[in-house]
Amino acid sequence: MHSYETTYEVIVVGAGHAGCEAALAAARMGCRTLLLNMSLDGMAVMSCNPSIGGLAKGHLVREIDALGGEMAKNIDATGIQFRVLNTRKGPAVRAGRAQADKQLYRLRMKRILEQQANLHVKQGEVTALYLEGDELRGVDTRSGIRFLGRTVVLTTGTFMRGLIHIGLINYSGGRAGDLPSVGLSDQLKGLGFEVGRLKTGTPARLDGRTIDFSRLEAQYSDDPPVPFSFSTERITMPQVPCYIAYTNPRTHEIIRSGLDRSPLYAGVIEGIGPRYCPSIEDKVVRFPDKERHQTFIEPEGLDTVEYYPSGMSTSLPIDIQIAFYRSMAGLEQVEIMRPAYGIEYDYVNPVQLHATLETKLIANLFHAGQINGTSGYEEAAGQGILAGINAALKVLGRQPIMLGRHESYIGVMVDDLVTLGTKEPYRMFTSRAEYRLLLREDNADIRLREIGYRVGLVDEATYAGFCHKRQQIQEELGRVRATRLSLDDDQRQWCSRYGCSDLQKGTSFEHLLRRPEIGYEQLQEIDPQVVGLNAAVREQVEIQVKYQGYIERQLEQIERMRKQEEARIPADMEYRAIPGLTSEVREKLERFRPDTLGQAARIQGVTPAAVAILAVVLKGKGEQCSEP
Amino acid sequence: MYVRDTIAAIATPLGNGGIGIVRVSGPQAEQIGQVVFTGPGIVGGGGFESHRLFYGRLRHPADGRQLDEGMAVLMRAPRSYTREDVLELHCHGGYYLIRTVLEACIAAGARLAEPGEFTRRAFLNGRIDLVQAESVMDLIASRAERSLQLAHAQREGHLSRAFFAMKEPLLEALALVEAHVDFPEDEVDPTVFAVVEQQIALVLSRVEQLLSSFSTGRVLRDGVSALLLGRPNVGKSSLLNALSGTDRAIVSDLPGTTRDLIEETISLDGLPVKVIDAAGIRSHHTDCIEEEGVRRALDKVAEADLVLLLLDGTTEQHDELPALTAGLGAVPYLLVVTKADLPQRINLSLLTAPLGVCHVSSRNRAGIDHLSRLIYDYFVQTNRLSSDESAVISSVRHRDILLRVLQSLHDFTDSAAQGLPPELLALDLRAALSALGEITGETSTDDLLDVIFSSFCIGK
Ligand SMILES: Cc1cc2nc3c(=O)[nH]c(=O)nc-3n(C[C@H](O)[C@H](O)[C@H](O)COP(=O)(O)OP(=O)(O)OC[C@H]3O[C@@H](n4cnc5c(N)ncnc54)[C@H](O)[C@@H]3O)c2cc1C
Repeated sequence: MHSYETTYEVIVVGAGHAGCEAALAAARMGCRTLLLNMSLDGMAVMSCNPSIGGLAKGHLVREIDALGGEMAKNIDATGIQFRVLNTRKGPAVRAGRAQADKQLYRLRMKRILEQQANLHVKQGEVTALYLEGDELRGVDTRSGIRFLGRTVVLTTGTFMRGLIHIGLINYSGGRAGDLPSVGLSDQLKGLGFEVGRLKTGTPARLDGRTIDFSRLEAQYSDDPPVPFSFSTERITMPQVPCYIAYTNPRTHEIIRSGLDRSPLYAGVIEGIGPRYCPSIEDKVVRFPDKERHQTFIEPEGLDTVEYYPSGMSTSLPIDIQIAFYRSMAGLEQVEIMRPAYGIEYDYVNPVQLHATLETKLIANLFHAGQINGTSGYEEAAGQGILAGINAALKVLGRQPIMLGRHESYIGVMVDDLVTLGTKEPYRMFTSRAEYRLLLREDNADIRLREIGYRVGLVDEATYAGFCHKRQQIQEELGRVRATRLSLDDDQRQWCSRYGCSDLQKGTSFEHLLRRPEIGYEQLQEIDPQVVGLNAAVREQVEIQVKYQGYIERQLEQIERMRKQEEARIPADMEYRAIPGLTSEVREKLERFRPDTLGQAARIQGVTPAAVAILAVVLKGKGEQCSEP
Repeated sequence: MYVRDTIAAIATPLGNGGIGIVRVSGPQAEQIGQVVFTGPGIVGGGGFESHRLFYGRLRHPADGRQLDEGMAVLMRAPRSYTREDVLELHCHGGYYLIRTVLEACIAAGARLAEPGEFTRRAFLNGRIDLVQAESVMDLIASRAERSLQLAHAQREGHLSRAFFAMKEPLLEALALVEAHVDFPEDEVDPTVFAVVEQQIALVLSRVEQLLSSFSTGRVLRDGVSALLLGRPNVGKSSLLNALSGTDRAIVSDLPGTTRDLIEETISLDGLPVKVIDAAGIRSHHTDCIEEEGVRRALDKVAEADLVLLLLDGTTEQHDELPALTAGLGAVPYLLVVTKADLPQRINLSLLTAPLGVCHVSSRNRAGIDHLSRLIYDYFVQTNRLSSDESAVISSVRHRDILLRVLQSLHDFTDSAAQGLPPELLALDLRAALSALGEITGETSTDDLLDVIFSSFCIGK
């Protein structure tokens, strides 16, 4: 092994969506950072669907942006169709989703990485961590170079011992067209990590020239497209449509006829696949009564004829793939450019992580992204930025950050992972967040900008802009509280126009805004001050006023849990010495070694009584923050 | 756990006779006092003065009905046991009465305290030290274990079945709503909301039904009952005294509704058991004492949950036995052989009873604990408690839970009627499920996702 001359402060292994955010965060925080990837042509690749966002995922993207990450800006610059989902539901569950031009997406991210100060981007496959005794010192690569570093962030995605399945044919690969990463996961196992196997899959890519789009229903972008980043003013990319197609009974028949050669049904695949992302054969088998399944045919870019049929992933053999795609209306002549495939890969049980994403077994080693059992670009990026920040903070000798369940989806995800682990690829849903009404896309900056600024990722100008916005919101809230109806003739008329003639003189504008039939849109007719308001401020005030009751309810719950969340459990806690714990609970606690009482309470099988006992012990040890 | 809400519990051991105390601790203590207690000193004098005992009346906030006369004292933080505001309500000691006062506090906004929670708060607020705390831990542990056993015993029971039966449609309803939220582009039919509302209406009526059975339930009112049956001088009264004596004191001696009977409610490990002594049964015709006494006692049998059939161990002849057991019909009974401290002449081969035979001496207490245990186990472990839909021990908790479920479902119905969006409806359904979860176990996100993915073909 040749030891490279530079000693890095943070080494990031893998330049997928997790790795890119991790490397950028560390470098931007001033750490000498190295980003290694199997191939420099394969950075920030969207392995599967050509889109970013969606329910809960869009939320993650906004949070990454608020913390000072790149994903939102990258999709804003390369997105070719933007839509806000759930516009008819409340603000908490509205989310953006954008189609990306895949190549542009990857190339822009590559450029950002290359231009980043403090960051070296190099090609190389890491085959092992380099340890001296128990101490992590760097990484070894296949080409014989040893890179020394103080911290290492592993973001290997689907690559560790990747195995690709097309029908009963299988071969090693990290992704179609890429080599697998071999050796690393064996070493991790040897070090005591619980390495498991998961499975996912992707549909075929179809040649747009052979699709009859005139027979499909088109779905267009919102106008104007709404960007993800709080810093993006306008989307400037040309916008193109997606198309909706359907399977039919014949498609299902063809699929059934190929099941005997499906690796899943033939038992060749041992990894567990996601329930929410079922292959088309899964859908057909599990819902035999459904006569058709819908698919969105999504463009992979502006400059390509490749199309991605969402929801049609499969690991059926190629002849069946060709036949069933062609059985769909509009696709009769379709040519497959890349076959669909399933992939199995190694992941590491995330209960072996702290909520900082540092591993409990090896200090200075962090895991982020699909290696932790998640699936999805946004999930990966959200962990990536957190791991990057904490690796950098560690190097800088500062306290790590942990994001709470009450302040972010990233926090919910990480907490779920480290307290519950996962048996199937973990994807974010809004239903996973108990404080869903507080964790909105629209207020991601209010929730997280401060943290991004404190760690050094958000620059002064952006932060000043944010502070200004926050102050305006406060002022406007004060103003609508203080301004009252005088019920002069104008206002009287206005009231009867909107069906609220029951309103009395002296009613505050805040009260008005709380009525379902009234928003700023209506209010501005009797309130000249509204016109001058910034749209983002208006939105915040309106949401905060309208949902105040619900928001307060959730804040109250958070307050109740706060102590428990803040009570830290020492890493060397001797659970065996605690009387009153059942052996089952004790075993669970030994295995998970929770960092806080809150985490302990969420581990399955740890009873409220056990948590009470722990609380008493902690208090006795004086390890807890002081009581009110 | 560090919840700073307000908790309430009965502070005096059950069966402490004359007086009962309900203790309330937390920020709302004073407010609750204002609601459930009215007294001249308070109304006129501008509220509670700390650490002063007031005389007045206790009433139920739901309907304003007066419960009892009593005393109340408010101890403001930090000069109290928990270092929080603590309210104590003193009333007469009847089991039913104390529990109603507790219910009144809950209706006024308190939450039923968990085992050991007052002490835990005292500890966490620095009121007691670590040594004391260690005994608290043991306490918490053993109590928790007991309630776990109890929960286990009740799992099969009627009542918990009713809870589980409610959980399922609630979970399904929530899954429908959540699927609608999280998968806007998948084909989740919005008309499912009609189904959801129907389902909720169904659960609602079920909750209401259960609640009404709670308030009218004989068991809730009186506890379970055991009838002492046997001929005069067999030792019924002494047995009653032995059972209720020393560590198990009399809870209340309500005068029997039937003049013939003497009842005492005793507490077996927190389980109130009304023991009916048929000692008063006499016939004036000495020649047919047995016959008449037995006949009249048997009339009462139907009302009892369990019969203790007493046989004198010192006599050989037990001619009454066949008539008695025949008269018992389907009512379960324990055979109790009395006077075990004296030479036994009873023919043991006669003695078989499905629930067991127990030899006792009321004089030296031999076998009394064993008998108590048998009675307790009979009620708790054979799920007898649950068989008429109103468990006794945790009934306040059950009721508390049901009330919360009811509230959440009403909120849901209101919200749905107002056309509020699904993420707000989900809030109410979650609240209902989490209340139910205290009995049925928590509903994890994974449970929910399971239902979603098995009901809908979702995902890309
Ligand atoms: C076939 C397929 C189907 C998928 N389907 C879906 C889906 O339906 N829905 C969904 O949400 N997500 C899906 N995904 C997952 C999605 O692509 C990932 O979740 C996301 O990209 C994970 O990001 P990551 O940063 O963790 O890893 P990746 O994006 O996989 O990136 C890993 C990077 O690390 C590099 N690397 C790996 N090992 C080494 C090493 N030893 N040394 C150096 N570099 C290394 C690789 O070159 C790669 O660039 C699918 C992925 C695949 C491959």
